[in-house]
Amino acid sequence: MSGEVSMKRGLGRYLEVPWQGLRLWLMSFPLLFASIAVTLSFGLVGIGAGIFLVPPAVMMLRSLLDGYRDLVSRWTGRKVERPYLPVPEGSPMQRFTALIQDPATWRDMAFLLLDPVVSAFTAFLSFLLFLYGIYGWLLAAFLGKIIVDHSGNEWYTFIPLQGSFSDHPVNASLLATFATIYGLAGLYFGPRLMDVYGRWTQNMLGPTERSRLALRVQHLAETRADAVDTSARELRRIERDLHDGAQARLVAMGMSLGAIEQLLDKDPDRARTLLAETRESSAKALRELRDLVRGIHPPVLADRGIGDAVKALALDHPLPVEVIVDLPGRPDAPVESAAYFAVSEILTNVAKHSGARHVWVDVRYAFGTLRISVTDDGRGGASLDGGTGLRGIERRIGTFDGVLALSSPVGGPTIVTLELPCALLTT
Amino acid sequence: MRVVLAEDLALLREGLVSLLQAHDFEIAAAVDNGPSLLKALLDHRPDVAVVDVRLPPTFTDEGLQAALEARRQVPGLPVLVLSQYVEQLYARELLADGSGGIGYLLKDRVFDAGQFVDAIRRVAAGGTAMDPEVVARLVARGRDDSPLARLTPREREVMELMAQGRSNAAIAQQLVVTERAVTKHTANIFAKLDLAVSDDDNRRVLAVLAYLNS
Repeated sequence: MSGEVSMKRGLGRYLEVPWQGLRLWLMSFPLLFASIAVTLSFGLVGIGAGIFLVPPAVMMLRSLLDGYRDLVSRWTGRKVERPYLPVPEGSPMQRFTALIQDPATWRDMAFLLLDPVVSAFTAFLSFLLFLYGIYGWLLAAFLGKIIVDHSGNEWYTFIPLQGSFSDHPVNASLLATFATIYGLAGLYFGPRLMDVYGRWTQNMLGPTERSRLALRVQHLAETRADAVDTSARELRRIERDLHDGAQARLVAMGMSLGAIEQLLDKDPDRARTLLAETRESSAKALRELRDLVRGIHPPVLADRGIGDAVKALALDHPLPVEVIVDLPGRPDAPVESAAYFAVSEILTNVAKHSGARHVWVDVRYAFGTLRISVTDDGRGGASLDGGTGLRGIERRIGTFDGVLALSSPVGGPTIVTLELPCALLTT
Repeated sequence: MRVVLAEDLALLREGLVSLLQAHDFEIAAAVDNGPSLLKALLDHRPDVAVVDVRLPPTFTDEGLQAALEARRQVPGLPVLVLSQYVEQLYARELLADGSGGIGYLLKDRVFDAGQFVDAIRRVAAGGTAMDPEVVARLVARGRDDSPLARLTPREREVMELMAQGRSNAAIAQQLVVTERAVTKHTANIFAKLDLAVSDDDNRRVLAVLAYLNS
């Protein structure tokens, strides 16, 4: 999976690092070509064509670098995040301007220019040392004699080459000793050099404080707009429900009471029937208000918090739902409410689409995050898009920096996991 | 019959007081918050308590908590809980000790004074009075793997009315059958829910509990 760290532990780590260094170094060639393409397209800006050529060239470079970031993240354990500011849709000129104004574009170019040197002294160095060690051994074994016999003049670092074991055993032993030291040093320092390289990549290819903030601002602006939209829509719904429901019934009741007042003397029987109807009407108004309140802020959620509220949801669910709650306190009311409605919607989805026979809900809190997972043994194959409403849930919990993950292989099981960063108020 | 009443809205509290007095109940105490409710329940040991779920100071489920606590200390203390809404979760918690004397009704049921007073009397006598709404939501859920799935439609109807706390005679009247037929149905229900032979009232409570737990 992309972005995940895949580093061996112990001895294996020392052995894998040189090869990773070699592969990273080899990758710098296609990257170099891409950067040349970008440079050329910039050269054409003067005659106008560059404005059309720069955006695709930069985007190509970026996608190559995304792969590179991923690789470095996995091999060094240092997560290199994407630094790019969003590129606007629009005319080539707008895209061009946005791209050259994004510092990440220039940092990419600087990285590509310097990386061959930096990687040679860091990630690639362990492989080079290892190779040099092997070369020393080859010299000591037989290569030295061949070179000297052909009157070659060679130094192994500071040792003048005199021959191999067969003719100059002392010289060859010295050579072999140093070769062993180089080889082992290459292996030994490999992981540390790799880490240095990871830090370098992180600094050059990762987001700067400024672009991190810019990305954060963009995320906040989006989620705020969603939140405002959602609450405005909710208010409209509540207004309409009140207007068509309870309010209308109260008006009708007022009118009936007026009629009853008039009929009281003339037609007591008719008045009595009307009274019964009015009482029925008041009961209906109450019921509607109750449903409305339940939709705004469910009573159990207000009383007991998310744990019991999810249990109450489970009780009303058509499928057997097993709920495990492990919470040392209560999150803030808005977070609770978002989590509750998310679970409620997921459970509704399960009932409607999954064909499941059992559902399990797990609610727990760890590392500053409220984590809720809903698992069902249905047919699976659910996706975030495709009218399941999961996107809507994702947007709504996004307001609280919450994330949603879906795992739903065909054939099941389906697991939906929500994570909401929040503090708990201990009770 | 002595009653402790807990309701924080003065208007509704006065209304309930006069309603109950009109039906020959004696009001031992009428309180408006959770802590004094618990104290009143333990001090007065009333024949029945009528309690609003949501009470000061927290305006959460203060009343319910006080009622549950009082029943822990005085097992079987009859409590009728009133609420603007009914929740299965709360119904289960109330019934969980299996000792009966529990009512859980929507506040609107007060409109029908006759039935409301009936419910109070049933609860005071150790029976149950579950709001039809609780029962309706259970039926709407309609799980097919519960022991209830083994009941015939008729037995299910009887079960619903039993959950509301009706006596066999009342059930017979409602379903327009003889009381003997109802007795037969209830016996079948007890058998199907694996409820051992014990006194009838207790088994009715257990049956309702099984129903809620399905």
